[in-house]
Amino acid sequence: MSFPSPRDVEDLESFAKRARRWLAANMPPARPQAEIRMPGSSGSDEADLARVARCRELQRMLYEGGLAGICVPREYGGQGLTPAHQEVLNREISGYDYPAETQVPTFTPCMAVLLEFGTEEQKRRFVPPILKGEAFWMQFLSEPSSGSDVAAAQTTAVRDGDEWVMNGSKIWTTGAWWADWGLCLARTNWDVPKHRGLTVFALPIHQPSIEIHRIEMLDGSKEFCQEFLTDVRVPDADRIGEVDQGWTVGVRWMYHERTVSGGSPYVTFPPDRRPALGRELGARALVRQLGPAGHLDSPRALELIGEARCLELVGRALSRRVAEGIRSGRTSDQAAAITRLFGGTSSARTASIAFELAGARAVAWLEGDDEGRAAGVGYLMRQAACIGGGTTEMARNVISERVLGMPRERTGDRDIPFRLVPRGPS
Amino acid sequence: MFDLSADQELLQETTRRFLEANAPPAQIRALAGTKAGFEPSYWRQGARLGWASLVVPEEAGGGSVSGLGVIDLCLVAYEFGLHAAPGPLGPVNLIAAALGRWGSPGQRSAWLGPLMEGEQIGVWALAEPSPEGSLGRVSTTASAEGDEVVITGTKAPVEAGAEAACLLVVAREGDGLSQYLVPADAPGLTVTPLKGLDMTRRYARVDLEAVRVPGEALVGARGGAAAAVDWLSDLATVIQLAETVGCMSWALDATLSWASNRYSFGRPLASYQEIKHRFADMKTWLEASAAIVGEAASAVEGDSRDRASLVSAAKLYVGRNSTEMLQDCVQLHGGIGVTFDHDLHLFLRRVATNRPLYGTPEEHACRLGRILVSQELGHRGDAPPGKESR
Repeated sequence: MSFPSPRDVEDLESFAKRARRWLAANMPPARPQAEIRMPGSSGSDEADLARVARCRELQRMLYEGGLAGICVPREYGGQGLTPAHQEVLNREISGYDYPAETQVPTFTPCMAVLLEFGTEEQKRRFVPPILKGEAFWMQFLSEPSSGSDVAAAQTTAVRDGDEWVMNGSKIWTTGAWWADWGLCLARTNWDVPKHRGLTVFALPIHQPSIEIHRIEMLDGSKEFCQEFLTDVRVPDADRIGEVDQGWTVGVRWMYHERTVSGGSPYVTFPPDRRPALGRELGARALVRQLGPAGHLDSPRALELIGEARCLELVGRALSRRVAEGIRSGRTSDQAAAITRLFGGTSSARTASIAFELAGARAVAWLEGDDEGRAAGVGYLMRQAACIGGGTTEMARNVISERVLGMPRERTGDRDIPFRLVPRGPS
Repeated sequence: MFDLSADQELLQETTRRFLEANAPPAQIRALAGTKAGFEPSYWRQGARLGWASLVVPEEAGGGSVSGLGVIDLCLVAYEFGLHAAPGPLGPVNLIAAALGRWGSPGQRSAWLGPLMEGEQIGVWALAEPSPEGSLGRVSTTASAEGDEVVITGTKAPVEAGAEAACLLVVAREGDGLSQYLVPADAPGLTVTPLKGLDMTRRYARVDLEAVRVPGEALVGARGGAAAAVDWLSDLATVIQLAETVGCMSWALDATLSWASNRYSFGRPLASYQEIKHRFADMKTWLEASAAIVGEAASAVEGDSRDRASLVSAAKLYVGRNSTEMLQDCVQLHGGIGVTFDHDLHLFLRRVATNRPLYGTPEEHACRLGRILVSQELGHRGDAPPGKESR
C-alpha cells in the first residue's frame, strides 16, 4: 500500500486544527477509567451490545466529520491522507470517546487485507460500510487443531458452480457473536503442500449455517468464540485474492496483525492507549487505582511503578522506530515481530507488577473492590498477551529467521501434499 | 537511533574511520596498563573532528553539525561504544556544555577554548560516594567567606579526574546548588586515582578540604543551579546510554557471527531454536534501547517537558538490558567469552561500568515512579512540584 506524498494533501497543521475543532464540537469525552476492553468482558451482554451500538454511532460520526479512514483512498470512502495524518489524529483524539474497541481487527488486519487484495468491486462494496460503522469484521483464522501454524487450516471450501461450500471450525474469534463479517482462511486444495492450497473468503457471520459458541475464559469473559461451519455457501464474488493463493494473502494478513501493537496506519489509538488482550493496566491507571490505598511512597513501590512506566515509554518509542524503519525501507516489514514480542512480554511484566503492588487484596478482596480483583484476575490472565495474535515464540522465530537471517526451523510438512502431513489424534 | 542528515553521516563516518585506525582492540589492550588510559595526541585529533565542541553554543565558539548538538554528540558516543573507545568524551563535553552556556567571558577564554581543542582536560564533578551520592544527591558544601568561596566535600567517581586541569564542582550552597570552576592544583584538593573495570576509562576520588576559590569561579546562578545540574545530569546520561547502545550493537553482531560459524553436533549453533530465541530477545532489547535513547536524547536537546521521564526510562531499560545482553553474549560464546584474548570483555566492561554511573537503573526507576505518582496523585513525598524533576 502506498500513500500520497505529503506535498499533495492537506498539510498536517491545518489537519490538526480541523480535527481538534471537529472533535471538540462533536465527540463526547472519554468514559472515566475507560480501558480498551472487548465487548464480552464486562459480564453483561446487554451492556456489551449497547456499547457495540454506541461504537457504530461514534464511527458514523467520525465518518461524517471526515475523520474516518485517514489513510484509506477517497474512492473507498476514506480521506486519502498519510500515516503522519493518522498520527496527528491519534494525538488529537486523546480524551474523547471513540470506537476504540472496534478498531481491531476490523480496520487492521481485516480492512488492510481487503484494501491490499480486494478487487475494485470488492473494495467499493466492503470498505465504505466499515468506515461508516455499519460493518464490523472478525478474523476466521485459527482452528482447534492449528494455533500458531495457521497455514495448516483444515476448514475446507469446495467449488460448486459460482459458489463455494465451506465446512469446518474456526476458533479464538473475538466478538463473532456481535460482529458482522468474517475474513476466513480455508483449504481449497488438499493435494498440494499446505501453503499452496489455501484461499481467503469474506462471509457474513450471522447465517443459519454458522453456529457460534462463546468460550468462557478463566476470568469469566466470553469475548472469544468458536464457529462451526456446516455447508456454508459463499459466492465466488466474495473470494479475496486468487484461488489457492491464500497464503500470499495470509502472509500480509499476519503482518497487518502484528502492526496492531503499533505502527498501523489504519487504526486510531491515542499514544497512551493501546489495545490489550489481557486485563493489563497502564502505568497511570496502576497509580490511580492502587495509589489511594496508600503504599506507593516506598522505594520498592516507586521502583515498580517506574518500571511499568518505563515499559510504556519504551514500547511507544519502539513502535515509532519500527514503523518508521518499515516505512522508509530501512528494515523489512518482518520487524513488526519485534514490536509484537516487546508488547507481549512487557504486558505480562506489567500484569505482574500490578499483582505485586496490590498485595493481598489481589487474592482476597471486598465485594466491589474492582482494583483488587482486576490486579488478581489480570495476573491469572497474564500470558494472554503473549499468546493472542500470534505467540511470542512465533515472533521470536520471525525475528531470528526473517530479521536476523538465522537458519529456518526444520518442518515435517514441506513439499508434501497437505493430505499426507502427519497430524495428531483428533 | 536517529535519522541522519548528510552532515551527521559525515561526522559518524569520520569518527568511525578514525576509531578504526586509532582505537583497535590491540591499542585498547596496550592502553590498559597506562595511567591516563588515552594518548593526549589521540584526544587532540578527535577534538579536531568535533568531539569536544558539539554541545557548546556557537556564540561560545562551539557548534554542532546539524543544529542538534546533543544528537550529534550521541552519534559520536555510539561510535565510541562500537569500538569501546578510549577518551574522556563525557566529562569534557559536560564541562564544555556548562561553560558554553553559563560560563563568564573570563572562564570561557581561559578554559573553554583549550577544552574544545583537546589541549586541556576538564571534567564535571557531580557524583559523590554512596549512599549520599544516590542519583544526584549533593553533600559537598560551598560557603562564601569575603570575596572567596570555601568548598568542602568528596566527589567520586570522577571520570578522568586525575587528568583534569580543572573541575566544575557541584556543591550545596544555602538552600540550593551552585557550580564552581576549580583548578586541579588548588590547595586542599587531593586526587586519588581509583582502580576500575574498564580497560581505558579512568576514575578518581577528589577530596576537597576547605578549598578556596575566588567568587568569580561561580558558573551560573549562586544557589540556583539545580535546573542546570539536572539538565547536565540528563545530558551525561544520554551520552553514556548512546555509547552503551553502540556496545550492544557490536556484541550482537559479533555473537551472531560466532553462532553462525560455530558448529556443534553437525549443525551451526545458530540453527538451534533455543539459541535463535535468545537472539530474538537480544535484537528486541537492542532496537528498544536505540528507540528510547533516541527519544531521550531529543528530549534533552529540546529540554522538553517529558525530558526527565524519557531519560530515566532510557536509563532503566538500557542499564538493565545492556548488561544482561552482554552476559548472554558471553554465555553464547562459551569459555572463550570469559578469556582476556577475546574482545567481548572490552564491551562487557564498558556496559558494566556505565550501568551504575549517573544513577543506577533502580534509582532512575524510582525517579520515574515518583514523577508519575506526583502527576497522577498530586504532590507527594519528596517530589518537588511544578516541572517534572527528580
